[in-house]
Amino acid sequence: MTVAAGSDGVAIHLGGVSKLFGGAGSAEQFRAVDNLDLDVRSGEMVALLGKTGCGKSTIFNMVAGLLAPTTGTVRVSGRDPFTDFDAFRGKIAIVFQNDRLLPWRSAIANVELGLEMLGVAAEERRVTAQHWLTKLGLDGHEHDYPHALSGGMRQRVSIARAFATNAAILLCDEPFSALDEMTANRLRAEFLKLVKENGKTAVFITHSINEALQIGDRIVVLKRPAKIAYDVNLDASTTLENKDAIRKRIEDVLSA
Amino acid sequence: MPATAMKKLWSLVMPFVAVGLLWQLAAQFFPPYLFPSLIDVFWRCGEILVTGSMLSDVMSTVFRILAGLIGAFLVGTALALLMARSQAVDRFLSPILSLFQGIPALSWVVFAIIWFHGIEFRIFFIMVVTTLPAFTFQVLGALRAMSKDLVEMVLSFRPTRMKLFRVMILPAVLPDILTAWKVNLGNASRVVVVAELVGATGGIGYQLLQQQQMFDMAGALAWTLQIVLFVLVMQAVLTLMETSLFRYRALSERTL
Repeated sequence: MTVAAGSDGVAIHLGGVSKLFGGAGSAEQFRAVDNLDLDVRSGEMVALLGKTGCGKSTIFNMVAGLLAPTTGTVRVSGRDPFTDFDAFRGKIAIVFQNDRLLPWRSAIANVELGLEMLGVAAEERRVTAQHWLTKLGLDGHEHDYPHALSGGMRQRVSIARAFATNAAILLCDEPFSALDEMTANRLRAEFLKLVKENGKTAVFITHSINEALQIGDRIVVLKRPAKIAYDVNLDASTTLENKDAIRKRIEDVLSA
Repeated sequence: MPATAMKKLWSLVMPFVAVGLLWQLAAQFFPPYLFPSLIDVFWRCGEILVTGSMLSDVMSTVFRILAGLIGAFLVGTALALLMARSQAVDRFLSPILSLFQGIPALSWVVFAIIWFHGIEFRIFFIMVVTTLPAFTFQVLGALRAMSKDLVEMVLSFRPTRMKLFRVMILPAVLPDILTAWKVNLGNASRVVVVAELVGATGGIGYQLLQQQQMFDMAGALAWTLQIVLFVLVMQAVLTLMETSLFRYRALSERTL
């Protein structure tokens, strides 16, 4: 079963999506996402920006098919990622905030994980995993266990793991927020290059305005609970002055 | 042999040498039915190991321990999986297992003698029922302690149930399972002796009863040493497995 982009070119669609946690009617119930409408077009790189606790990760988990919306529809390439969970095997890849490497697997075995789920033959798995490790500058560390790698190296392995399955859609949850600034800048630039080279559709969660401006073709700012407060497209013609104006607007929206 | 290895070996052997010397000293002052010479005990041990009928008693006990532990482990793992999947099952089974844990091993021996005629089934029942609660709770604890982040990461690749078990669940719970085996091995070896003492016509426990009736301390010690030796060998095997399987673990130079 294949999962192509929707016929209208929309890769990810959220229509009137709300997500509530806690028992219905209970005092502890809270709304993480509030009637959210969002379309991400195929090949688009969207930076999802918002304050901590605004429901970014909940949106992310719903798009990944790990959570179901309370109301509304979530579609990825025209299908429901929660109910058609298995249909998206190898089609959605995730880079998490922390590396989430399996400690009992070497770097290369961690990169092979997604390919194993797809039933790729061992030899082919090894070649693909090695290719991505080399691409991310991890030659010589293939057989190191995660505990022997630095934070930056571990995050590189997790990026290699996400790219290895050649998924059309990439979901990134603040993947560089736990790294020092220099490592994060270098890795961000490499990551951006790989996304563009490989024509991925990507949703990049961040709480840094600078990161959003650097990475996104489009920036979507969320208020709390998650609902679009500001949505802006950036392209090659966006000048520095424009970016400054956008930054100012985002700051105003976030502080409102 | 290097000096450090010698030192390590000496520190390992020294406590046993001290106990042996103290015993041998006592043997000089007390009659053999209280403190027999360790040389006599040594020869009696050798006699057990080379005499077919006696060795078969040792092997019966070993088989009973292993059969009981394997039975309890399989049933305990199945129960733990059910309890981890369903809160209702957990609420139903937890009090029952706690109740079982509170019943002394000797009571189970009495119940088994009243309920069952076959000796082997009787002992198997006692072994399973006395080690089942610990195995179940230990496997359940291991399942619940699995990192939610890692499980989510693996689930994001949409594994089949079998692959999820192989790449995530099994490696995550294996360290706790080996620890459970180590703990239950000691318990099982104590329980089997009691079960054989009261309800069997062969095995180390039965032979201990014979030695007691003849006031033969050397024989009692020799038979006891057979089970101690078995436990030590099994513990060494489990430790070897730990060293080999969990070499991915980071080691701190400073101990706790």
